[in-house]
Order: sequence, then structure tokens, then C-alpha cells
Amino acid sequence: MLEGAGKPVQIAIRRQGPTATVRLSGEFDLKAAPQVREQLDGLIDGGAQRIVIDLRQVRFLDSSGLGVLLGRYRRLSERGGSIYLLTAAEGSVRTVLEMSGVRQVMPLLASESEVPRT
Amino acid sequence: MTQYFELACPSRPENVGLCRVTVATFAANLGFTLPEIEEIKVAVSEAVSNVVVHAYPGAEGLIGLRCEESADGLVISVHDKGVGIEDVAKARQASFSTDPERMGLGFVFMESFSDEFRVESQPGKGTRIEMRKRREAPAEGA
Ligand SMILES: Nc1ncnc2c1ncn2[C@@H]1O[C@H](COP(=O)(O)OP(=O)(O)OP(=O)(O)O)[C@@H](O)[C@H]1O
Ligand SMILES: [Mg+2]
Repeated sequence: MLEGAGKPVQIAIRRQGPTATVRLSGEFDLKAAPQVREQLDGLIDGGAQRIVIDLRQVRFLDSSGLGVLLGRYRRLSERGGSIYLLTAAEGSVRTVLEMSGVRQVMPLLASESEVPRT
Repeated sequence: MTQYFELACPSRPENVGLCRVTVATFAANLGFTLPEIEEIKVAVSEAVSNVVVHAYPGAEGLIGLRCEESADGLVISVHDKGVGIEDVAKARQASFSTDPERMGLGFVFMESFSDEFRVESQPGKGTRIEMRKRREAPAEGA
């Protein structure tokens, strides 16, 4: 259980035209929030229209991480874009996502193949 | 003597993980299940993040954490000597936040993931939250 104790968040980004896939791993909390926010804002400012955020390797998520996700949704939706979240079917990350209600604006998907094609 | 620990550290973002993992280790030693520990981690993270984000605007101050074994589980308290909360009932409502970038979910998670939850706060003096978590009864014959 000590694995991942304060494990810094890791961010891997792949861009394909207007779509960006951002794979996060580690713990997405207050410490990680500024770093993730900066990377996502960079993609939005760079013109990404669809951002797929892969949270399947995230071991911990709380309201600070949720706030970053929702804030980026607000910015991107103003520009007509959308965000999709990939997440495991169970576990605390899923529970926190469900409880927050973010799925009303950002679909929770099991894998990249479920992201709608444009 | 009952089992307990106390921790004091400055209100820095990196100490949120420290507090969270320390409580999780303590809970594991008391026999809490993994799903229970996951909930405890979220609750502690929310309480400590609130101290870092809200208690000392533009400054650093104390995060106080205490964990104690109880007859049926665990009592966790988190306190600060910061600005305090004017209206606790309002602050505890879902979606209430004094920060437009935040969702106002911290108290909701603390309450949902603990069995008993209390907030005491005095403007100008500080805030103390207490969460009780009961251990799932061990399986018959275990
Ligand atoms: N330790 C504290 N000291 C001072 N004010 C606090 C403290 N904890 C909470 N608050 C106040 O209570 C409000 C609600 O807290 P809560 O954790 O529910 O939401 P939040 O921190 O604003 O957003 P989120 O937790 O979703 O990031 C905060 O916006 C803040 O004004
Ligand atoms: Mg909070």
C-alpha cells in the first residue's frame, strides 16, 4: 500500500490532429493539480478540440483533481470542444468520479475504442 | 494505552500525501479492509487539502493530525490555526466553495466516507474536523 506514497503524477501526451490523449498515472491530488492543469491548458490553447484523459493508471483522485478536470472542461467547452474520461469500472477513482457528477459533462468510458469518432 | 499517533507539519501540498499515507498505514495495522482504507484516504486528503488551500491565505501554517484507535475502529482529527469558517453549515453544503476554481466537494467526501463527521471552527482561531470510521465486522469464524 505504501507504493505510490506521494508518487508524483506522470503525464504522457499523444496528439493526433484535433484529438489529444493524455495518460495520467500516480496520484492526482493537490500536489499534482498545477502540473496537470498546465499541461491540459497547453493543449487547449494549442487548439486541441477533443481531449481524452486516461485515468486508468491513476491510483488516487480527490476533489483537487476533479476541480482541474471540471475547470478544463469549462474552458474547452467554451471553444466547442469536449473531454472524455477513461476509467476503470471500479475502485476509489471511479467512486469519486461517480459521486462528483462530472459524468454529466464528461463521459466515463472504459477504453479508447468507446470514444465517439468525429 | 490505546494506539494513536500525532503528526504536525507545515501546510504544503506535498504534505497532503504524507498525511494520507500515514493514516492509511495506521488503518491497515488496525485491520481495516482495502476498500475502507481507500475511503479513509480520500477523507483525509480532503481535510488536509482544505488546510493547505483555505486555512492560511498566502501563508504557511500548521497541519495537525491525530489518529486514535477506538473500540470499533478509528478516530481521525485534522486541525489548523487558520482563518476559520464563518458559516460551517453553508460550507458543508455540496458545491459550496469560496474558490471559483473548486467544486466544493471536500466536505461531501469527508462526510460520505466516514461514519461520523464533525466540524468545529472559529473565525480567526482555526478549524478542527473529526471523522470516525468503523471497521467492518470480521467475517464469522475468521
Ligand atoms: N480548514 C479550513 N479553513 C478555512 N476555511 C475552510 C477550511 N476547510 C474548508 N473551508 C471553507 O469551506 C469551503 C468548503 O470546503 P470544501 O472542501 O467542501 O470545498 P472546497 O475546498 O472549496 O472545494 P474542493 O474541496 O471541491 O476542492 C471552502 O471553500 C472554504 O471556504
Ligand atoms: Mg476542499
